[in-house]
Amino acid sequence: MASIRLERLTKKFGKVVAVNNLNLEVRDGEFIALLGPSGCGKTTTLLMIAGIYRPTEGNIYFDDVLVNDVAPKDRYVGLVFQSYALYPHMRVYDNIAFPLKLAKVPRKEIDRKVHEVAKLTKIEELLDRMPGQLSGGQQQRVALCRALVKEPEILLLDEPLSNLDARLRIETRAEIKRLQRELGITSILVTHDQVEALTMSERVAVMHQGVLQQYGPPDELYDRPRNLFVASFIGDPPMNLIPVEFKKTDGKPALVTDSFVLPLAEAWGEVLGQMDQGEFTLGIRPEDVRLSTEKEGNALLGEVFLTEPLGGGTLVHFRFGEISFRVLAPREIKVDVGDKLWIIPDQEKLHLFTKDGLSVREVGRQDAH
Amino acid sequence: MATHRFTPGSLERERRKQKLLRFSMYVFLILASLPIVVGYLWLFVGAFTGNLVYGFVPQELTVANWSFLWESPSPAWPNIWRTFANTFFLAAGVTVIMVVVSTSAAYVVSRMYFPGRSMILASTLILHAFPAITLLIALYYILRTLGLLDSLWGVILVRAGLMVPFGIWVMKGFFDDIPWDIEMSALIDGATRFQTFWKVMLPLVKPGIAAIAVFAFMAGWAEYIFLVTFVRDPNSWTLSSYINAIIGNYRFTNYGLLAAVSLFYMFPVLLFFLLTQKLLMKVTVGGIKGGR
Ligand SMILES: Nc1ncnc2c1ncn2[C@@H]1O[C@H](COP(=O)(O)OP(=O)(O)O)[C@@H](O)[C@H]1O
Ligand SMILES: [Mg+2]
Repeated sequence: MASIRLERLTKKFGKVVAVNNLNLEVRDGEFIALLGPSGCGKTTTLLMIAGIYRPTEGNIYFDDVLVNDVAPKDRYVGLVFQSYALYPHMRVYDNIAFPLKLAKVPRKEIDRKVHEVAKLTKIEELLDRMPGQLSGGQQQRVALCRALVKEPEILLLDEPLSNLDARLRIETRAEIKRLQRELGITSILVTHDQVEALTMSERVAVMHQGVLQQYGPPDELYDRPRNLFVASFIGDPPMNLIPVEFKKTDGKPALVTDSFVLPLAEAWGEVLGQMDQGEFTLGIRPEDVRLSTEKEGNALLGEVFLTEPLGGGTLVHFRFGEISFRVLAPREIKVDVGDKLWIIPDQEKLHLFTKDGLSVREVGRQDAH
Repeated sequence: MATHRFTPGSLERERRKQKLLRFSMYVFLILASLPIVVGYLWLFVGAFTGNLVYGFVPQELTVANWSFLWESPSPAWPNIWRTFANTFFLAAGVTVIMVVVSTSAAYVVSRMYFPGRSMILASTLILHAFPAITLLIALYYILRTLGLLDSLWGVILVRAGLMVPFGIWVMKGFFDDIPWDIEMSALIDGATRFQTFWKVMLPLVKPGIAAIAVFAFMAGWAEYIFLVTFVRDPNSWTLSSYINAIIGNYRFTNYGLLAAVSLFYMFPVLLFFLLTQKLLMKVTVGGIKGGR
């Protein structure tokens, strides 16, 4: 096993900066996810770690050893490609055995190991087939076997679940997590699907346009998004983001828009105390709001515009002028279009972002330092 | 009430129209291929009969035309089997060079970026469109300087050289169709660059190799113009030089002999086609997308 450290890693393709000044550490045996929208540089990062792309700038360390100039074959890395990249002209058995044959492992041992991983991923009965005769899920398992069979120090998974149907994806998610834990192998999962990232990995690195946005455990990303991008990317249904003005009326802090005034709890006054009045973006997660027929504390009155039953609950849409606002209501609450309801946000779970998109909490923290 | 577009009568008329169309198509195709069929027929008949009356009507059946197989019709001509071996050597030589050079060059052009890459690509196309005959004199001098006149090697190099641009284009298409992921995967699995090429890439472009090999072999087997221009020594004759001699050396061409040698010349190609027909049909450009 190995730890990984990326230091000021940058990759340019001509004028395109695919990865920009990325600093990232993965502990020995840890399972992390690289999360971000398509084109944000996730695959490029993986391929640099695997040794296929040479970084334009920056360093890659495995266990504190600089590996920038180490050939892919000497990095002891297993990679599962998004396309699986099975060798179409080889049987499944030979696909899995390929890394071992190249390493000149004795034939008997190859046979033993191939069967071992095949058993681990339950594809023993497929060994004699050609890749073209397999379903997507089966190909994915074969690709995983091929990556695992050489007992790599590091396992890299590039959107391994994106070609599977919804049901299989959930099963495989659990399966990969189990395998990773059993083998204790340092792993990086690349995905654009936040659910995958949050459920499978210990820490998540959110990337956007080649730049690392935030790196931390799933809870931290959810509870304390550092900036607007992370706030809007993490969470499903997504966080409500509303441009507001911060004012003090009668000495009491409040958030003001053309359509409503939301008084803020005292605690916020302290956080914002150092700040002048100004423009912010207010973030409220649909699940951090209560609905009530009576006014309680700091609440907004809204009219229901649309309802979407989600099975577990109902997504209730409100509208304030131009602003639409989503609330996740528990299924016990019956809501109809046209109802007038009080929206009571959980003041502790409000998020405020500056014009630069940084979380106000973050700014406060940085000022304190 | 809805009106029916198709009444039984209109369907019947439609069917008749189709039949007529197909019939006229057959007539056209038969007429168009008649000259070729007649040509081959003449070859078969001519090879097994004595002199034809008016050049067309066969007289008696005979194998006399085939005596060239065991005795040379002219003391100036080489043994037919040696000529046959030369022909094979020429075709095989062209094939080997064509396959090796096209495949490796195409891999580089498909996968690597280097200064002048697009120029090379463009020039291969132009080279391929170049009429080879215009190079005859220049090539003559080059071969003479290299001491390759009167040698099959000279012809092999020239013919292969002229075909390689085409080969590169075909093979580049096949390499382009192999996803990068597969190649990267091999590198990560522990292969060197050469092992990646040899164990992963080459097997995947086999259909392309088969295709250009067949083309090269045919071209080598049928080579004529460079042979009769560059090679005089009878020991280096091939079957096409031999036929050239039959036509040129007799004041009155022996048509029976000509037909028999031509048939002898064609036979291996026909056999080859019959044997590989199934395989050739499978050669569609770019057969391996998406691991299927
Ligand atoms: N080989 C390449 N050549 C040129 N541009 C590339 C190459 N690979 C990736 N890019 C560009 O780099 C950016 C990041 O790509 P990628 O790492 O594949 O994103 P992701 O995997 O997050 O979807 C994209 O803008 C993409 O177009
Ligand atoms: Mg990608």
